[in-house]
Amino acid sequence: MQELGSFLEVLISGLLAGVLYSLVALGFVLIFKASGVFNFAQGAMVLLAGLALVRSLDFLAHHGFPGWLAIVLGFVFAGLVMALCAFFVQRYVLGPLINQNALTMFMATIGATFVIEGVAQFAFGSEVYPLRLFPTDAWIAGEGLFPGGILINKLDVWGGVIAGLLVIALAMFFQYTKTGRALRAVADDHAAAQSVGIPIDWIWFVVWLVAGLVALVAAAIWGTKLGVQFSITFLALKALPVLIIGGFTSVPGAIIGGLIVGAGEKLAEVYLGPFIGGGIEYWFAYVLALAVLMVRPQGLYGEKIIERI
Amino acid sequence: MSMKALKLALAAVGGMVIASPMALAQAPNEQFIPLLSYRTGAYAVNGIPWANGVSDYFNLINERDGGINGVRIAFEECETGYATDKGVECYERLKGKGATGAAFFNPLSTGITFALTEKTLADKIPIITMGYGRADSKNGAVFAWNFPFLGTYWSGADIAMQHVAKEMGGEDKLKGKKIAIVYHDSPYGKEPIPTLQVLAKKFGFTLMELPVTHPGVEQKSTWLQIRQNRPDYVLLWGWGVMNGTSVKEAAAVAYPRDKVIGVWWSGAEPDVAPAGDQAIGYKALTLGESGAGEYAVHAALKQHVYAKGKGIAKDDFAQVLYNRGMINAMLGIEGIRKAMTRYGNKPLTGEQIRWGLENLDLTAERIKELGFAGMLTPVKITCNDHEGARSARVQQWDGKQWKMISDMYTARQENTEPLVKEVSAKYAEEKKITARDCSKPD
Repeated sequence: MQELGSFLEVLISGLLAGVLYSLVALGFVLIFKASGVFNFAQGAMVLLAGLALVRSLDFLAHHGFPGWLAIVLGFVFAGLVMALCAFFVQRYVLGPLINQNALTMFMATIGATFVIEGVAQFAFGSEVYPLRLFPTDAWIAGEGLFPGGILINKLDVWGGVIAGLLVIALAMFFQYTKTGRALRAVADDHAAAQSVGIPIDWIWFVVWLVAGLVALVAAAIWGTKLGVQFSITFLALKALPVLIIGGFTSVPGAIIGGLIVGAGEKLAEVYLGPFIGGGIEYWFAYVLALAVLMVRPQGLYGEKIIERI
Repeated sequence: MSMKALKLALAAVGGMVIASPMALAQAPNEQFIPLLSYRTGAYAVNGIPWANGVSDYFNLINERDGGINGVRIAFEECETGYATDKGVECYERLKGKGATGAAFFNPLSTGITFALTEKTLADKIPIITMGYGRADSKNGAVFAWNFPFLGTYWSGADIAMQHVAKEMGGEDKLKGKKIAIVYHDSPYGKEPIPTLQVLAKKFGFTLMELPVTHPGVEQKSTWLQIRQNRPDYVLLWGWGVMNGTSVKEAAAVAYPRDKVIGVWWSGAEPDVAPAGDQAIGYKALTLGESGAGEYAVHAALKQHVYAKGKGIAKDDFAQVLYNRGMINAMLGIEGIRKAMTRYGNKPLTGEQIRWGLENLDLTAERIKELGFAGMLTPVKITCNDHEGARSARVQQWDGKQWKMISDMYTARQENTEPLVKEVSAKYAEEKKITARDCSKPD
């Protein structure tokens, strides 16, 4: 019974960790859906959003603002920073590259990564800033069933709930709003979308803004987990196998991919790790991604691209 | 050519004429010291205070004393980002700089140290690795150019286990117990394991080895294993973001923080700040006596460096890693000063400085003169012993600051020396190095 309890504990914590990876992966999916660009800067955007949030919260708390007001104003400020970021990226990085191939745009986002990381640290500092927006203690469930019970971290559950709400909101945005439909049209073909009167500059600004706001949510949760610091940018690497598995164009795919990666890597580390020296969780996610690539290159939920020559 | 262009050209030529003799005049009486640091990347939060301490101390020597016995220090930082490839690149770029080449290297990375050990041997440049690096390089007979001052990881592992035994009520109480080590999955993190395996065999405890992959932002499965196996103590061998995350994960699985003991690289302010109150009770080793706090040398820094606006530390001034950076810089400089007693007061080569480092003898009186009393114990380096001192205390985080909670422990050489001899001999055989005869004067 204890073994089953342990297994369930690892599985549940893996699934919840996977949802947190999905939060970062969602930002990639949004931009890829709308522009066909793999946004290498998503990790840097999480850093920028997190630093803007935590530093403004510190500032407001220091000046005697009540907690709830400081949180509201902090999120508003960080949202404005992400809007500014979206404007500059659209205006000076992607705007001049409209109708260029995807590789050129991908390279441009690599450049944007370094600029965003540098500006974020220059403007808001490069130390570790604690963020305490969500509870970080744990529940112990099923104590009567399993010796010691099953540990469930409250922060992970918060992450899961928020990710679920985000997916619903984004799905509705893409399906039921005019801007959402325009985003999908732009993703299919920049030039064709422009020819039917879709304002591509505006669409790209909107999508980078939405991705920035998703980054802000991810930063709020991951910042509570780790403290806001440069290492948060490494989350982009955790999101990559999620995207490969779920597909670059699917919002639900990002969630399913996250669950597979989270559960897979945790179970592998605990049950396979001791036999091969441990420390395998980081690369195991890529093994899973490789396996999916071999049987379904577009990912589990990605769109199959058929090009006629 | 227009008159304006002509004037500009004349100004440029004039500037070059004026600047060149100054540059030439400065070069001969400067000792060049490279400063490999990391102010960016995942480990910057720990790398910045350390580099600030080194830099401020070099400036103090220049501003207050006019250099080392009149020879000014010229130093240049090179950003490694804690990456071995970049560290090697910095080494290659800076090793020949200055009138006599680099005085010594101090990369603050065990990975870079492993990569540079053979290179420094070939280039005849010492490598100082205070509190890190290869533990077997304590044996100067084989590792003539490596100086793991003040404590190797094998010493650190032995000291940590001494404290565990003391808290348990004696070494005999270790029998049948379970000790886990959560370590950075890198040469640094793996380094203490051989000693812990020796100690596990000697005292009869079980050792759980739990690696954490760089950079250590996700450790859930590691700490779930700890929750399930309930070790009696957890030793933490982390760096950068890994430390704070470990402390937070320990709290998340309700593992008592006062049963977690970090090595001296897991016991600074940035390691506990992200965890807030969850870090209360967490313990870590100091390196020698060097914790946080201001001592006589800090007053000198304020007077001679900060009053002139040349200091670079901010909140990190007198913090754990800042102070450790200063001690690093001081030991290197005292090595140069010792070498000058033999080779004269002039810029020295790496080979000459190696002799100074190997004959360094910092007594309590000398440490007091330098303003470091209370920060480190006396250090005596010999051909056989490049470590020089192997003592540490245990400190505990109370939510605001580190508090010393133990007397000084000294690593027991009977537990570490056989390993030093065995591993260094193996290294000498592999690399075809003939061990020096330390009974003969150098």
